[in-house]
Amino acid sequence: MGLAGKMAEESSRIDAGAGPGPRQAAPADGDVPLLRIDKVAKKFGTFRAVDGVSLDIAAGEFFALLGPSGCGKTTLLRMLAGFETPDEGRILLGGRDIAQVLPHERPINMMFQNYALFPHLSVRDNIAFGLKRAGMARGEIAARVAEMVALVKLDGLEKRKPDQLSGGQKQRVALARSLARRPQVLLLDEPLAALDKKLRESTQGELMELQRRLGMTFIVVTHDQEEAMTMASRIGVMDSGRLEQVATPHELYEAPNSRWIAGFVGDVNLFDGEITSRDNHRLTIATRDAGTLVVAEPRNPVTKPNVSVAIRPEKVKLSLRGPATDAINGSSINRLDGVVAEVCYLGGSTNYKLKLDSGSHLRSSIANTARIDIDAYGVNQHVVAWFAPDDCLVLEQ
Amino acid sequence: MARRRVSSFNIASLALGLAFLYLPIVILVIYSFNASRLVTVWGGWSLRWYAELFNDDAMIEAAWMSLRVAGASATIATVLGTLAAVALSRGERFRGRTLFSGMLYAPLVMPEVITGLSLLLLFVALNAERGFWTVTIAHTTLTMCFVAVVVQSRLASLDRSLEEAAMDLGCDPARAFLAVTLPLIAPAIAAGWMLAFTISLDDLVIASFTTGPGSATLPIRIYSEVRLGVKPEINAISTLIVGFIAVIIVVASLASKLSSAQGENAAPL
Repeated sequence: MGLAGKMAEESSRIDAGAGPGPRQAAPADGDVPLLRIDKVAKKFGTFRAVDGVSLDIAAGEFFALLGPSGCGKTTLLRMLAGFETPDEGRILLGGRDIAQVLPHERPINMMFQNYALFPHLSVRDNIAFGLKRAGMARGEIAARVAEMVALVKLDGLEKRKPDQLSGGQKQRVALARSLARRPQVLLLDEPLAALDKKLRESTQGELMELQRRLGMTFIVVTHDQEEAMTMASRIGVMDSGRLEQVATPHELYEAPNSRWIAGFVGDVNLFDGEITSRDNHRLTIATRDAGTLVVAEPRNPVTKPNVSVAIRPEKVKLSLRGPATDAINGSSINRLDGVVAEVCYLGGSTNYKLKLDSGSHLRSSIANTARIDIDAYGVNQHVVAWFAPDDCLVLEQ
Repeated sequence: MARRRVSSFNIASLALGLAFLYLPIVILVIYSFNASRLVTVWGGWSLRWYAELFNDDAMIEAAWMSLRVAGASATIATVLGTLAAVALSRGERFRGRTLFSGMLYAPLVMPEVITGLSLLLLFVALNAERGFWTVTIAHTTLTMCFVAVVVQSRLASLDRSLEEAAMDLGCDPARAFLAVTLPLIAPAIAAGWMLAFTISLDDLVIASFTTGPGSATLPIRIYSEVRLGVKPEINAISTLIVGFIAVIIVVASLASKLSSAQGENAAPL
């Protein structure tokens, strides 16, 4: 059987412990990607849940689909698993169109959001379920189950039923069950949503470690941007059924391609304005709420005069009298006067909300780098906020 | 938690309520052990009527007939009712599904006289010889909807992603049903079977419409005996039936509890 052969091959690769650092992998030009989603659309009645999504995913990638609830990310994942059939477009796995292939005939497995463990089967039988269907020999199944149990650290729990397990243990069983068949692609639907914060953080690390060791392709759906940025090598952000941007976490945060993404991924201050002049790779923008700002010209030329200036809170510095002259370094710097309206101490950093003279607000996040903080500002204190032109982003409205 | 005092009013109302429900049955059970030939006169304890009952061939035959009808009709109704429940809650949406599901439940509210009469007309029109099979078929139509209700409510509480997980792990839809869905709804199916069994065992109206000469069920037999005057023997067989049905109800509710312990919500019984 073809599948069994592929599994054996996969397993020997894993045993050897080899594998180039797959986290950095992105589809190389000219290569056939492992998974190609080509103009896929899905309608429910008249509602377009997924609206013309195209995406390439390379073998060994850890890809995250990020978006608010109802954006279509789960529908897209279910089409990859085969539970929904696309109305338009193709899904190519290794060059073969699988859009119409039934779920049980796809070399893709899924870890369900609520885990969907079979309540009448023990941990061992849950993990072995897919292996029995694949027609593996008994001894082989036992060996694979033992391997999976060790992999997700469930030793000693093999005979328990799902309702005798904690949330974290259930999550591990679900993971082991979906990994057991060694799928070419593993889909994870909000894998950590049901876990508490501490457990979520440690499990994130374990998932990454596991993916690296197995060299398997993971596609995770999440609404939690921090989770996506921590785990994934590339992130696709979805909104209203459309794929808005596909980028590495760094690019997504520092170079979002729209106002919406800048606001969705992380915190941002946005000021609307109009370009008044451009020279020497600097744009001068007259904003309604923050006066005249000087920003670096983006790589992609801005065509429309109406733009928004985006600046992340941690890039806004504060002081009582403004930047020291040597910090300006000859170039222009943006300087705004304001009054502290809110202080929010978070331990590692402190978030300030300033009220500018125009009445609008500017948020600043200052890292608490010293234990005794001499630079803390109180409410109603007058401060100067400043940020460099290179730290600003220009986004079309 | 503060213990609430139980007032004498509560005790009295509880006692009266229970008496209203169970006193007739208790009297019936006690009088089944009556030694006297007269039903209303107490003549001391005796098992005489039980002994007499087991020598009453007509009565034994009727009881045997009832058990066979109940067993056969409950089994057919369980198969059909389960299939209907699965089709209604798992199948693709098809045209007229709402109508179909409404029609399935119609016998729940249909007066038994009408069901019985219409079945009688059908059997006469088909020129079917009335007897064991006509009663069995009639009881199947009566009890199928009860099975469907019980199984469907269990299916509705069952997470669909369990079946999807089975398909994801290599089962075609039929296998997924057999390997995952069926074991999880099995207690509800068992409860449905027992419900169908007791309803069939209990039915007088439909059976009397659809039965033929020489194949009287137990309720028909008892009813015709009572018309000629109550014999103490009737008390004895009634006591046996009450005991039998009580056992089945307890087993059915245990099965239903087991079903809910295994998964989400219980199938209401």
